[in-house]
Parts: sequence; structure tokens; C-alpha cells
Amino acid sequence: MSNQITAKTITDSEFFYGHKACSGCGGSLAVRIALKVLGEGAISVLPAGCMSAVGFNYPHLCFSNNSIISTFAGTASMLTGVEAGARAVGIKNFKAVGLAGDGGTADIGIQALSGAIDRNDDILYICYDNEAYMNTGIQKSGLTPFGAKTTTTPSGENIHGNIRPKKNLFEIVAAHDIPYAATASIGNLKDFMNKIEKASKIKGTAYIHVVAPCPIGWGIPVNETIDIARKMMDCGLWYLAEYENGQFKLNKNPREFSSIKDYLLSQGRFKHLDDADIEILAAQRDAKWAAIRKNWNTTEEEL
Amino acid sequence: MTKAFLSGNDAFAEGVRLARPQVISIYPITPQTTVVERLSEMVEDSSLASELIHVESEHSALSCAIGASAMGARTFTATSSQGLLYMAECLQYASGGRFPIVMMNANRSTALPWNIYGDQRDSLSQLDCGWIQVYVEDAQESLDMALQSYHIAENPLVSTPVMVNLDGFVLTHTYETVEIPSQTDADRFLPPFQTENKMSLDNPKNLAFSVGPDNNMEFKYIQHKAMLDSRRVIEETDAKFAEIFGRSYGGLTQDYRIDDADYILITLGSITGLCREVVDELRERGEKVGLLKLRFLRPFPSDDLVAALESAKAIGVLEKDISFGYEGTVYTNVNSVIAKNGLHLETYNFIAGLGGRDISRENIKEIFRHLQTGGQHVNFIGLGVSIDE
Repeated sequence: MSNQITAKTITDSEFFYGHKACSGCGGSLAVRIALKVLGEGAISVLPAGCMSAVGFNYPHLCFSNNSIISTFAGTASMLTGVEAGARAVGIKNFKAVGLAGDGGTADIGIQALSGAIDRNDDILYICYDNEAYMNTGIQKSGLTPFGAKTTTTPSGENIHGNIRPKKNLFEIVAAHDIPYAATASIGNLKDFMNKIEKASKIKGTAYIHVVAPCPIGWGIPVNETIDIARKMMDCGLWYLAEYENGQFKLNKNPREFSSIKDYLLSQGRFKHLDDADIEILAAQRDAKWAAIRKNWNTTEEEL
Repeated sequence: MTKAFLSGNDAFAEGVRLARPQVISIYPITPQTTVVERLSEMVEDSSLASELIHVESEHSALSCAIGASAMGARTFTATSSQGLLYMAECLQYASGGRFPIVMMNANRSTALPWNIYGDQRDSLSQLDCGWIQVYVEDAQESLDMALQSYHIAENPLVSTPVMVNLDGFVLTHTYETVEIPSQTDADRFLPPFQTENKMSLDNPKNLAFSVGPDNNMEFKYIQHKAMLDSRRVIEETDAKFAEIFGRSYGGLTQDYRIDDADYILITLGSITGLCREVVDELRERGEKVGLLKLRFLRPFPSDDLVAALESAKAIGVLEKDISFGYEGTVYTNVNSVIAKNGLHLETYNFIAGLGGRDISRENIKEIFRHLQTGGQHVNFIGLGVSIDE
């Protein structure tokens, strides 16, 4: 408990600042916090995407730790090369960390990510999930949830936004029998920080999937990013969990869920949903939680 | 120095071993595969101390090599055909980032139709990707250029990746006697890789950034200038290599009996050996013919071409390539040099060997006859369907 990272104990040093991210950006907060936990030994690889677009414009470069942009598909493969290269030239006390969005991870980058986990490369991969391709202006990704309106899944008379459920990347990653994987949310920074700290000590591949809302893409006020991330967990559409030693573990097991309807209808992207749509999402949530409570370790423990 | 009976791929792998790359990303594709098999065996038997990374695609092979190079490690990867095309995004990434990676490409036809045999359409389609492109003729040159390529790529004036091309099967899988230099001599030739273009904990950097319209052209010009400057480095490297190993390849081009030649055939890659024999045969009959092998296509050997061709009456370009809707890409490049320098000579293009079709001694004699009698400018050798120009 005493070794836990908290708002009081986290370093004052900043590694990602002076960038041009939008007000209320969840992704930039996730990256900022991750690098504060990892410190100056972090060598970060970021694909073409929001964070590279807002922080990597010559001569205005915003990472004070070693950082490099990868190709969109190449976060994990470049991370592998960075880790092997750093070791080959004799660098010690470093952590190669990937910081990629949901499209870069779950869609175009999933092959390279799978390859890196398969090799069990000694890297940390953090996916900041804002549930759509936000850098290009809110297009559907594999992690866009059912019902969400994006510019490529418009809502109309016939189709109410995205017709497919969110891909379950946490369990896809776990299915590789990865040494450590976790879900997180910027709605619970203490949990996120300590999972990064834990993951950084893992020998082999570690993966953290952190939900990081995008006010523009989600249709919320810029001062409600953290609130909406919390509501998402409270209503059961996101959960905090870990996979380690072949076991899934739930970190928080709420006794009851807050209103899924309130969560959805407070966002522009879900405003068009009717009761039948919301019922579908509620049924998916309930089925998921039933499976979690049946099959996972649900003893709540401190990390 | 030892001698061994090696395939082109085996010889290249020996050259890579002698260059001591620290990180190698490997992925199989015919006819490159035996290179990464040899390298894997070398790591297993401890004759090569490299991090060997089994990537899941060619895109990742080069992306991984870029990551390792960005940490200051000497890196190697190899590919062919579809694999080269699959990594096309990373080709420009490596050259734009100025990462001096060395890669072997086994020249192979590109789908569709599927075909595993040799032609040069894969690498020539990537001529503009910013890599130095070398085409080698035999197994010895393969080994030697594996070593030389690191020396060229890593020169701070150059800092540009090098792609070494071996004709698929004809060179990659043909066995010849090869001299393998000693590690001591190889180390004397090629010092450890040192660069400022890397990330380190002492001097953190942000690499592979965006550059907007205000500065982008300057970055691209500097990249272009480095490629132009590499011509001098290529020649210096060949001279240093000759001093240590006693073999010289002449730099960007290698000529054969061109001094008083009226008719010169321009070649690249493994077909050069047979063309040289035909030159000898025709010379015996008193025909004033010669040969110019292009060893490098980027940087393009413009000055060498002018010097070699200025007294000729007609020249031909023999290439295993077609740029659909125009002509062979090498021919286009050669013609540009001839036009810019006001040379007065006839030029002909001979497109041959697509999809691995054999190019015979008789074909090459016909090509020399064509240079002397004149005729169509763009010619397909051994074509089995009717053609109208």
C-alpha cells in the first residue's frame, strides 16, 4: 500500500507538454500520466495519430524523453526494434513503451502487436482507446461501440450508427497468454498509474488498455472527460481488470450499475439511440458481466 | 581468407556475418529465404552475435529494423518481390529518417500473375523510395557488397539505407567458388557503426517527426544531396575494399571493352556475365562492341554514363523490367542522361527475362545485331505473341 503511486507521490517532472491537443483530450492525459510513471528511461513509440500530430511538428517537439513516430501499422514492430537495438548498444534501465490509439492498435496495428506478444518482447504497449479514428475526424474503428455515431457510421432512419459491438481487445491480447494485460480508464488515474508501474516491472510483453474519452468525438463538454470516463465504468460498459499468470482478475465489482441510458444520452454520439438500441447495449453488458462473475477471480484486492 | 562453394544467398549471408549487424529481422519469402536460414544457423552456432527477430511480416521486418537503427544499432533484413512491395511504406520511412539499414532483395517477378522467378520489376518499381540501389552480378560480388553497403550507408555524409539486389534463382541459388575474407580484415574494412541520428538516455531525441510546408522541401533536398554525395563515398569505399581485399568493382559502373566500341550494351545484374562472353565472341570477329554494367541505379551514374558512351554510335539497355504504358525504366533513365548531355547516338531498349524467362546467348547476339542495323526502339526479346509498334 505504501508503495502505491498517488497524486501526492507522482513526480512533478513532465515529459509530454507544450503540445497542441484539444481541450479536454483524454488521450494526451493518458500519455502524460504514463510517461510520468515511467520516467526518463521511457523510450516511446507513437504511431501516426493524434499524439504524434499534436506533439511532433518540427521544430516544435513535445516529448522530453526519447520518442519516435512509427508507421500507423508499425507501433509494436518498431517497439520490438527499439528494445532490441537499445539492448544491443548496451543501454540499461530503459523501458520501450508503445502509445497508440484504438485504430492503430485494434485495426491496422493488430498484426504487429500479435507478433510482438508472440515473441514475448520485453515491451509495454499502452492503447489509449477513444473509440474511433479521432485524428482523421471521428471515423469508426474496431473499438467503436454499438450505436455510436461517427462520420462513417452516421445515424439515420435505417441505421442508428455503428452496427457492430466493440472488439474485445483485452481478451484477444490475453489469449496470447501474455505475461500481463490490464484494462484501465483515465476515470481512475490511481488504478491506471499503478498498473503502469506494475507493467513496467514485468519481464516480457505487457499491455494496458486505457479508455480515454475524446470530447469532440464523443460529443461532451471539454470539462467532462473524466466524468464521462467514470460514468462508463459506473454503468458497467467498462471494467477494470487484469490478466496475469493465466488468470483473469476483476479489480472492481460494482454491486449495482448506474443508468446506462444516462451515460449514453449525455453524449452527442449516442443521442439518436432509441430504447430498443439501449436495450441491446444493456443486454450485452449484462451477458458480459455474468460471464466475468462466473469465470474470473472477482476478489477485489489492491494492486 | 578461405574459399567455399556457395550460392549467391549463402555468399550474401557470409558478407552479413562479417559485417556484424547487431539486430536482424527475418521473414521468409522465396527466393530470399535461404539467406535468413543461413543467418539463423550462424546465430545458433555462435559465429554471428546478433539479436535475431522473427517478425510476422515484411512491413514489420523493416519497421523493426528502423526502430533498432534509431537506437544506433547496425541492422539487417532481407526480402523479395511481394515482400518488398508490402514493406513499401517503410522503405520511404527508412530513407526519409536517414537510417542506414542494409537490406538484400532477391529480384523476383511481382503478382499478378503469380511467379516466383527472377525479374527486376520489384526493385525498379521502388526506384524512387530513397534507397541506394545496387545490382550485383555473381556470388563474390554479393558477399563483397554486403560488406561494402554498410560502409557506404553508414558514412555520415550518406546516412541512407542500401538495397542490394540479387537476381532470383539465377544468382540467389547458383553455386560458385567464393573467397570469404577473414573477420580481422572485415573489421579493418568496416568499423563499428557510429551515428548522431539516434536516441540515447544521455541525449534524448524526438525522431521521425512531421515537417510542414515551411521546411519540408529543405529536408527532402538534404536527403537528395546525401544520395548525390554517396557517389564519391561509393568510389572511396571500392578503393578501400580493393586495398584490403584485392578486389575492385569500379564504383558505380563497370565497363568491359568499351574504349573503341561503337556499340555498347548496358546491363544490370547476373546477365552481365553472358553478355561479356558474347562481347568477346563478337570482338574476335572484329565487331567493335562493348559492355557497361550499371552497378548502382540510385544514385544514378550519370557522369560514368557520359564518359562511357560519348563516342558510341548506338547503345542498348537490356533490362528485366517494363514500366507498363511506356518502356523499361532503366532505358528512360539512360535516355535522360544522353539527352541532357547532348550525346548523338541511337538508343534501344531490350526488355527480356520477365517472370524468369531465359535470356540466351543467341538473344544477346541478336541484340548486338539490332544495335548495328537499327530498328525499333523498344523491343521485347523472345516474345511469344505478335507485337505492333
